[in-house]
Amino acid sequence: MSWVTKTLKSTLGRKLVMALTGLFLILFLTGHVSGNLLLFKGDGGEAFNMYAKFMTTNPIVKILSYLTYISVIGHVIYSIALGQLNKSARPVGYAESKASTNSTWASRNMGVLGTIILLFLVGHMYSFWYQMHWGGIPTVVYGTEEYKDLYSVVQVAFQQTWMVALYVIAMGFLGFHLSHGFSSAFQTLGLNHVKYSPAIKAVGKFYCIVVPVLFASMPLYIYFTS
Amino acid sequence: MKLTLKIWRQKNASDKGGFATYPVDHVSKDMSFLEMLDVLNENLTEKGEDPVHFDHDCREGICGTCSLYINGKPHGPLQTTTCQLHMRSFNDGETITIEPWRAKAFPVLKDLVVDRSAFDRIIQAGGYVSVNTGGVPDANEIPIPKTVADLAMDAAQCIGCGACVAACKNASAMLFTSAKISQLALLPQGQVERKTRAEKMVAQMDAEGFGACTNTGACEAECPKGISITNIARMNREYFSAVVSSENM
Repeated sequence: MSWVTKTLKSTLGRKLVMALTGLFLILFLTGHVSGNLLLFKGDGGEAFNMYAKFMTTNPIVKILSYLTYISVIGHVIYSIALGQLNKSARPVGYAESKASTNSTWASRNMGVLGTIILLFLVGHMYSFWYQMHWGGIPTVVYGTEEYKDLYSVVQVAFQQTWMVALYVIAMGFLGFHLSHGFSSAFQTLGLNHVKYSPAIKAVGKFYCIVVPVLFASMPLYIYFTS
Repeated sequence: MKLTLKIWRQKNASDKGGFATYPVDHVSKDMSFLEMLDVLNENLTEKGEDPVHFDHDCREGICGTCSLYINGKPHGPLQTTTCQLHMRSFNDGETITIEPWRAKAFPVLKDLVVDRSAFDRIIQAGGYVSVNTGGVPDANEIPIPKTVADLAMDAAQCIGCGACVAACKNASAMLFTSAKISQLALLPQGQVERKTRAEKMVAQMDAEGFGACTNTGACEAECPKGISITNIARMNREYFSAVVSSENM
């Protein structure tokens, strides 16, 4: 066994994969939420549709999107492997456990939270990502160029109350997942120091609230304004 | 005080085991938890029953031998060792649940006694320094900055009781292993075997069947010696830098 496979099979190596893919997905979320803020522009979706075209055609974005797919798949596969290992490490459980006195709920339920987020992600990608790539969605013309009207797809989707509710609730789960995941990734990378750990924790707390709230505000805004 | 004890009884490693309930009376608030169990065992012995087996040794909070999971927490409600826990932490008439450490790597031998030799094997894998034999070296022969010495001593406080494993939802031994790696990695004497130590101790920890840390921080919160999870971050740094730079293929 080479030293690389040996490392990736070790618990620390697997944790490293979780941390690196998790951090990359945090970067992705930052980009995703920033771009989607164009939904608030109030220009009938012109800027958003142009952005959507850029995101599906630009070669650098293409590379980043493949890295994102790999990160999602890697994060899921490694979490399943680690989850099974962790489960098998305690075959007989405790009759009584006061885990809530020594750790946060989110930190103990990352697998459950992640599973819910994954299920949401499948539906979310079908609703917009799949439609954008292969769905027969309407087109609009800005200037002389034709654009896929993803904006109208978003508008139609978020007229439905259940969709809006689903998205808002899903963002709640994302917030809890990030509340532990953000600072946990840095700890796994070995970045824990009195000089900067308080800053990492503070940014993590800010991030886990702001990003899900911004995401959730999009369906709510569309639902209540159109 | 009058108490009801719900204690895990298991004849041997292959027995399935189960809870037994024992009432105990005339418990003083000033008794340590282990003294209270001594009273119970005296009663059981007088009745001709098998006393409850539990690990204990120094009863001073320094050896790390006592290991009881009391009312859902390792070493009970206080952040101390079971031997330093006193009955004033409990209420009259209370039912106290006592379980052994639960981990695949810590198999139950009998009742509340578990086999923690997995920790010994992790130490044997690299938790040592090779030194020249001979006379006692002079004090301060090797200068060590106070801040570094403090960090090393903080890590060295680990008594290897296993409360970290017991508290962790993944039965991970990373707090223990990281403390042992840290105490030596920080000091000049530990530099020779530094990389090999990190690699071998982590490999042994994995081989023993402990789980992987998910950074819940439960270990740090329950550790009777207050070992910090900054040691786990240090172990990660030590391990990752070792695998990319050591001579071990």
